[in-house]
Amino acid sequence: MGENGAGKSTLIKVMTGVYEKDSGQIAIEGNAIHFKSPQDAQAFGVGTVYQEITLCPNLTVAENMFIGRGRYAFVNWKRMRERAARLLDSLGIPARPTQQLSSCSLAIQQMIAIARAIDMDCKILILDEPTSSLDEDEVRKLFSLMRELKSRGVGIVFVTHFLDQVYEISDRITVLRNGEFIGEYEASALPQFELVSKMMGKALDDVARIRKHEPSTRAGETPVFEATGLSSAAGVRPFDFSIRKGEVNGFTGLLGSGRSESVRAIYAADKVTGGDIKIKGKKANIGEPIHAMRLGIGYLPEDRKGDGIIADLSVRDNIILALQVLHGFWKPFSRKQAEAFADEYIRSLNIKTASSATPIKSLSGGNQQKAILARWLLTHPEYLILDEPTRGIDVGTKVEIQKLVLKLAEEGVSVTFISSEIEEMLRTCSRLIVMRDRSIVGELTGGDLTENVVMRVIAGGS
Amino acid sequence: MKKRTHGFQVLLPLSVLAILILINLIKGADYFSVTLINGALYGNIPNILFGASELVILAIGMTLVTSSSGGQDISVGVAATISSSVFVRVLLGSASITWTTILVAFLISCLVGIVIGAFNGSLVAMFNVQPMVATLILFTAGRSIAFLIDGRLSPILANDLTSQIGSVIPGVPIQTPIILTAVFIAVVAVFLKATNLRLYSEAVGINPRAARLNGIDPVRIKLLTYMILGVCTAVAGFIAVTKAGRHDSVNLLKFCEMDAILAVAIGGNPLGGGRFSVSGSIIGAYTIEVLNRTLLRLEVDPETIKAFKAVFILVLMVVSSPVVRAYAAKGVARLRARLDATVAKKPRDPEREEA
Repeated sequence: MGENGAGKSTLIKVMTGVYEKDSGQIAIEGNAIHFKSPQDAQAFGVGTVYQEITLCPNLTVAENMFIGRGRYAFVNWKRMRERAARLLDSLGIPARPTQQLSSCSLAIQQMIAIARAIDMDCKILILDEPTSSLDEDEVRKLFSLMRELKSRGVGIVFVTHFLDQVYEISDRITVLRNGEFIGEYEASALPQFELVSKMMGKALDDVARIRKHEPSTRAGETPVFEATGLSSAAGVRPFDFSIRKGEVNGFTGLLGSGRSESVRAIYAADKVTGGDIKIKGKKANIGEPIHAMRLGIGYLPEDRKGDGIIADLSVRDNIILALQVLHGFWKPFSRKQAEAFADEYIRSLNIKTASSATPIKSLSGGNQQKAILARWLLTHPEYLILDEPTRGIDVGTKVEIQKLVLKLAEEGVSVTFISSEIEEMLRTCSRLIVMRDRSIVGELTGGDLTENVVMRVIAGGS
Repeated sequence: MKKRTHGFQVLLPLSVLAILILINLIKGADYFSVTLINGALYGNIPNILFGASELVILAIGMTLVTSSSGGQDISVGVAATISSSVFVRVLLGSASITWTTILVAFLISCLVGIVIGAFNGSLVAMFNVQPMVATLILFTAGRSIAFLIDGRLSPILANDLTSQIGSVIPGVPIQTPIILTAVFIAVVAVFLKATNLRLYSEAVGINPRAARLNGIDPVRIKLLTYMILGVCTAVAGFIAVTKAGRHDSVNLLKFCEMDAILAVAIGGNPLGGGRFSVSGSIIGAYTIEVLNRTLLRLEVDPETIKAFKAVFILVLMVVSSPVVRAYAAKGVARLRARLDATVAKKPRDPEREEA
């Protein structure tokens, strides 16, 4: 456990030979070992699933599971497919061996990466944030798999941001902070709040203190954004949606229920196939993201690596990007102006970076996310869509982001907030739109905003 | 950090240039000597600047295309041949050759260059064809097209004005292609300063999906860079044909596409797209020219010159590879650490402590 940038992923990369260790000792079954490469680590039975999926999307599932593993130049395709099918079956992963990986959802891809690691006859399995893109049901499957492996004698190192999950599955907890070892504790002897304060190095700024502010409902008020019959090429069924000034609402539902696709349709991130849009009561046309941006809409995408960051560009360029594009092709900001914009948000959002000229890819996930958030805050949007802004980031930053959302709402910004963690949404949203099978199945407000009710609606109860 | 890596990028071709010049100086101390002939400057350095002008201009366009589309245009030499054939055709077709008709013919050839760029660019941007494959089409057909436009083998530009563009305008001490190249570089620099082309192109080259979500149209940006490259090929073709004095559709700027790509690579630009340095590519282009001339000066047999060039480039590429760079960085860090350690061991300077 540890906050963003605590050094968890780096430690794991050293442990698995991606980075060479400068000093210290690694021993497996009592024998000191020096890994020169990830292949070395694999040969010694250390299997790893990294935080970001590192498979090849253009190969098939079976190829991804066995690629680079054969000792021979020839591949027995039939046997490979059979083995893949057996393994997928035994783990209950709903994918066909001949399917192209890119056609699987992120969660399935993650499980395939785990399947690949497991099949390497590993003694030690390292999972870096394996659950950050899985829904609860899939997490449960993964955990039963982990327990099974544990009983077979496999040691598992599990890195996660989810406190509940750590307590559910782990025996011991190692805490890191700012690249340093803080301590190792028996999970049963370490209360949750103590763990959090050790991770943050200070007493927890109690999340309970977050209070949402209920916007006064004025009858007949024109919504900031209103869509009727909106649908997109990503397969979301036509839906109606509106948001008022200063309101925070959210889409919830299981992974793959269409919540991301819905907000992508609002922003025209996917090709819009139908529907009418009104901005403050006036008819508008959003066919491309740039149209949405010009109408004062900002969108923080779910897939930070694929849709959010421009990896090789500096933090500064990443922050000013959206505003710069709005400003126009012929009007570049001066270096000084850009610097000022970036520094302002690096300070106010407390983005940990060596300088504003550092490439964004060398920042930790949470700080990358803050930079993308800064990008949209800089455009001073009237309506901000945040799809999973808290995924894969530490508790402290999660709290910061939730507070920020509520502060924005107080200032009159409308926010759509999506999170896999229902408590987060209950804390921040005054209206929840529940989705199932790519259509809206319910809308909850006021007294209905409890975990129980939400779960019931998601599950399809009355 | 950006500045430091950027500095290293330009540092490498610069130091290579320095080594080459040193070799030349050893060969003969009169390397830098410049003589005035008929009121214009000649000598090794002016000759290099003169000889590299087309390559420099092509390398600039190639850099932009590489950045936005992550691929290279292998039809630049052929495109230059086509646009210059149009230039020659228009010029020879006009009643008299004046500065005005030359300007008009040049502008028409630029238009042709833009059309060629738009053709290649639309294949790349709209149909997602690999740049090298897309430009292979024109690479294959281009010289025949140029021949068809010429209508005959090697039409000759026998007039004073065009030969002045290809060599020296009386009263101007610097050869015209050098001036044209300098003006072109300045125009590109101003354009990059006055627009967001750099940011847009780098964003599109690194992550087109994210670029689109931030309001950039990747198709339009790729198309734009190919059209700019089209202008570059037209200018390069214009210079090449005025230098030669005739339009040889078979041999004009032959093999220059590979040198242009090489210049981009020597300049430290990733050929997979994204971040780019135009100044790096320009230095890269001059480095190639200096290399060619150095080998000639060392009296390497012209037939074997390409093999020597290849060896030299191989060494250069290995030295500038990420692997060697990482080693170099490690070495520097270790050296610095050792230096710090010896400094720390020294007895403390009381004055400094006060400060």
